[in-house]
Amino acid sequence: MTEVSVREIFKSYGKVEALRGVSFEAERGELFGIIGPDGAGKSTLFRILTTLLVADSGSATVAGHDVVKEYNAIRACVGYMPGRFSLYQDLTVEENMEFFASVFGTTVEENYDLVADIYRQIEPFKKRKAGKLSGGMKQKLALSCAMIHRPRVLFLDEPTTGVDPVSRKEFWQMLGRLKEEGITIVVSTPYMDEASLCDRIALIMEGRFIGIDTPRGIVAQYGAPLYAVRADRRGGLLNDLRGMEELEACYAFGNEVHITAKQESAETERRVAEALAAKGYGDVEVRRIEPTVEDCFMKLSRR
Amino acid sequence: MRQRVKVQGGESAGRTGGKGVFAAFVKKEFRHVVRDKRTMLIVLAMPVVQIILFGFALSSEIRNVNVAVLAPHYDEQVRRIVERMDASEYFTVTGMLTSDKDVDMAFRDGSADMILAFGGGFDEVYTVEGTEIQLIADATNTNTATTMVMYATNIISNSLTDGQQEMKAGIVPDIRMLYNPQMKSSYGFVPGVMGLIIILICAMMTSVSIVREKEQGTMELLLVSPMRPIMIIISKMVPYLVLSFIDFLMIVLLSVTVLDVPMAGSFGALCVLALLYIIVALSLGLLISTKVESQMAAMLGSGMVLMVPSMFFSGMIFPVESMPLFFQWLSKILPPSWFITGVKKLMIEGLPAMYVAKETLILTVMAVVLIAASLKNFKYRLE
Repeated sequence: MTEVSVREIFKSYGKVEALRGVSFEAERGELFGIIGPDGAGKSTLFRILTTLLVADSGSATVAGHDVVKEYNAIRACVGYMPGRFSLYQDLTVEENMEFFASVFGTTVEENYDLVADIYRQIEPFKKRKAGKLSGGMKQKLALSCAMIHRPRVLFLDEPTTGVDPVSRKEFWQMLGRLKEEGITIVVSTPYMDEASLCDRIALIMEGRFIGIDTPRGIVAQYGAPLYAVRADRRGGLLNDLRGMEELEACYAFGNEVHITAKQESAETERRVAEALAAKGYGDVEVRRIEPTVEDCFMKLSRR
Repeated sequence: MRQRVKVQGGESAGRTGGKGVFAAFVKKEFRHVVRDKRTMLIVLAMPVVQIILFGFALSSEIRNVNVAVLAPHYDEQVRRIVERMDASEYFTVTGMLTSDKDVDMAFRDGSADMILAFGGGFDEVYTVEGTEIQLIADATNTNTATTMVMYATNIISNSLTDGQQEMKAGIVPDIRMLYNPQMKSSYGFVPGVMGLIIILICAMMTSVSIVREKEQGTMELLLVSPMRPIMIIISKMVPYLVLSFIDFLMIVLLSVTVLDVPMAGSFGALCVLALLYIIVALSLGLLISTKVESQMAAMLGSGMVLMVPSMFFSGMIFPVESMPLFFQWLSKILPPSWFITGVKKLMIEGLPAMYVAKETLILTVMAVVLIAASLKNFKYRLE
């Protein structure tokens, strides 16, 4: 059953085109990820789906309701966590929870089991003002508030931005459990490593989806063999590699440079290593690697 | 404040925003207000400070005016007038001058604010043809000058009629200051301060608090909830309505007890008028909040657009009757003008409630128009 359906959504702010024809569908109980850099149009899409903005053209339904005509019905059954921390900083953790529960006509006790995993971690600080929490705890509180009313569809706009790696992991574990409860989750993130934790992902770039598939499917589409290069000097490495004619793509990736060759050949590894050694690099290492979602993103975004 | 309102969330509450939601919202709003020290300070201290300031420091009444007397012959009649003058709380006789030349000097060295000059040989010249008493006042401040000349005239004519009952010469005007016989300025400014503080608290604070929700992003969350926009708005207004009504009561209490302003008319009618005015001010704040995007703009909007005109053109400080026609019209569309007029009638003049029917009607119309306009302008989406 389709819980979220988006067709050819366009949205611009004056001359800036935020979304240029976006379509996707998410099934009930699916964890759908929208992956892309800042400014790609993720937040605009979330605001359209949560009925806060109206698209210039195109249509969308959430939980079977049209986002423009039946916005009241949608507002009653979705949970929304905006990208920016948006709770009352002068209220305590507990008061924020209670308030958002009552706004949705429920109580913290009623749905405690749903948020327990994450809320338990901030419960020791429940008398603390929300504004005095650390970044990770703020996000946990925001998420708890967004789902305290057991929403049918949960929209999380960059929930892990500014959260430490340990908390990020816990966050995703909890999303997995929510999914099992039958809650449909649409989540956006700029972190490519989180993409593999989603059921399906859409890669977004400059207001367009440049690929929608399972994380595995996206990676499988990569095609060309991918190599990671490292050497004792990093300065100049990227430029020197870009100067090699036989290479198609070169881009920095952490401490390494990822490259693909124009033509697949068993010689590529050796030739690149020799060329770099000739330029005076030491400890040159070139090895074949499996592409990640980020590599796919880099490749797709070049088109 | 109640502790822990347990909300029993039935289906209907979830869909329409029932009483429980409303209570939770109002409670949350009160928490914001109570926890913000600046807000509390403004709400609790401002009325007291303004009343004290206007009552004791910024009075337009005159007191202890230095008077010098220029009299060629210091006879019985002159002595009587001078003594009476000196005995009043308004004047202090500081010196006797002997010649015209001293007049300028007395003003220049600041020893006199007003000079009482008698014609030569008062007792003899005081005949059917009349004689001359000249009042020379320092009119750098026109208001003060007018007031002191008027007080002095009163004293002089009183002492003359007392002394010579049979004297029928000339026409001596019998001036009576109705409703405010002592010309206390507090009678005039108490309604003004009331009008000003209520508009400040209601309009400025409501608009700032709604815009703050927009700024910190919580409005987004509230919109994506089953709560109806009108409920969001009403529940935001309630705490400020309560606070400004408390302020209103504080001002009335202080004015009556400390400044001896009368509560001549019906207190109930005054409360109704104040409530109505508070609602008008709240809707003004609401309207401002729908038009601006930042707390700063809300502050400026309510400050410049409401406060300044309210102070200048509502008759609180300057008489509207002597303004150019344009400003008289402006005064008529300002809610404080009507409120202040109504308060004067009810509090000072002690007129029955039916005499403020016009003011009440106009404020009601204003409230309806403003609420309609702000509901129409309230965005239930982000743009």
